Amino acid sequence: MDVLTPRSLDDALRLKAELPDARFVQGGTDVLVELNFDRSRPAALINLNEVAELRGFTRENGSLVLGSGLTYTELMQPPLAVELPALAEASRTVGSPQIRNRGTLGGNLGTASPAGDALPPLLVEAAEVEIASVRGRRTLPIGDFLLGPKRNALEPDELVVAIRISPSGARQTFMKVGPRNAMVIAVCSLALSVDRERGELRAAFGSAGPVTGLVTAPLDEAERFPDAVAAAASPIDDVRGTAAYRRHALRVLTGRALERCLA
Amino acid sequence: MRISLTVNGEQRETDVWGGESLLYALRERLDLPGSKNACEQGECGSCSVLLDDVLVCSCLVLAAQADGHQVTTVEGLGDVDGLHRVQEAFVAAGAVQCGFCTPGLVVATADLLERVPSPSDDEIREALSGNLCRCTGYQKIFDAVRLAAGINA
Repeated sequence: MDVLTPRSLDDALRLKAELPDARFVQGGTDVLVELNFDRSRPAALINLNEVAELRGFTRENGSLVLGSGLTYTELMQPPLAVELPALAEASRTVGSPQIRNRGTLGGNLGTASPAGDALPPLLVEAAEVEIASVRGRRTLPIGDFLLGPKRNALEPDELVVAIRISPSGARQTFMKVGPRNAMVIAVCSLALSVDRERGELRAAFGSAGPVTGLVTAPLDEAERFPDAVAAAASPIDDVRGTAAYRRHALRVLTGRALERCLA
Repeated sequence: MRISLTVNGEQRETDVWGGESLLYALRERLDLPGSKNACEQGECGSCSVLLDDVLVCSCLVLAAQADGHQVTTVEGLGDVDGLHRVQEAFVAAGAVQCGFCTPGLVVATADLLERVPSPSDDEIREALSGNLCRCTGYQKIFDAVRLAAGINA
């Protein structure tokens, strides 16, 4: 298995176009588990660690452009933690310090697990995914990017290069249920915002359907919102929890998150 | 493929297979068995090392990704002739039972104290949340961290 280490985004995209079966690896927190357990043997690996364009974040006309190589540790720190508080809260619940130092936003999107912790806050904040290939660039709303469990809209030659968000400034929070406070894959999770400017309640659930789902309602429907979120989810029974428990937990989390954000 | 990296301040070169982890390269090719191999999925922290001064699980880093970078393993913190203060504290506090998790906990603690010289119990708990001690010797491990930080419990 070859590891190719491009030094620029252009080189990375060219390599992927030439080798569509190659796998991108950034933080490695998902890809290495698959390699270590012999669950996948990609033809080649394209190591993104040396591609400076994917690091850090920039600002464009009031929007934040988060590089796909941004780590959870970076998302937990100001100024991002102040502007994207729910995403920062979600980042704090990811794995352990070791995992947060390596795992990236782009990796969460690339893996597209229904349990991806960054995904509900991104959905609540109406994030857009910027995708690049040698053919050019395109941008998709995150809801159109996530297609199914571990399935996303990337073509074989494409890479997530950035996530664009115009921070709403709305009160928002993230909550997650799991057997421990660290090193936990969500049994279910919830990001919620009370967006007074748009007059909207927005909630996105994780681990309670094939993809992260968004539920919205007018501000004055707060009382019915917990039931609406629970009803919108389509959870399954699996090793981490039952469908009935997940639906119940979402109802409770939505109530608590509303309390927190309406206070 | 051949990689070249700085390990514990020393320039090293080795051949690696593309899909292998930094942990494997350290233990099997560079003769540094201090980092332990247990879960191989980032759950246990026993393979913790510093990559460019950042705490990582070496089982989740490709050996090839360390090419041109700096790695510090538990062996690089100190040795029997000159223990690191965290190693000394683990000895003094008896924060070792079977010892398998100890190298990872020592590296994670050294990283914590580098960033937060006088951590609260909550900060210690958070910093060590990715390191499992199957003997459940956490009480003594906490004592050792406080001792290394010069905190009177």
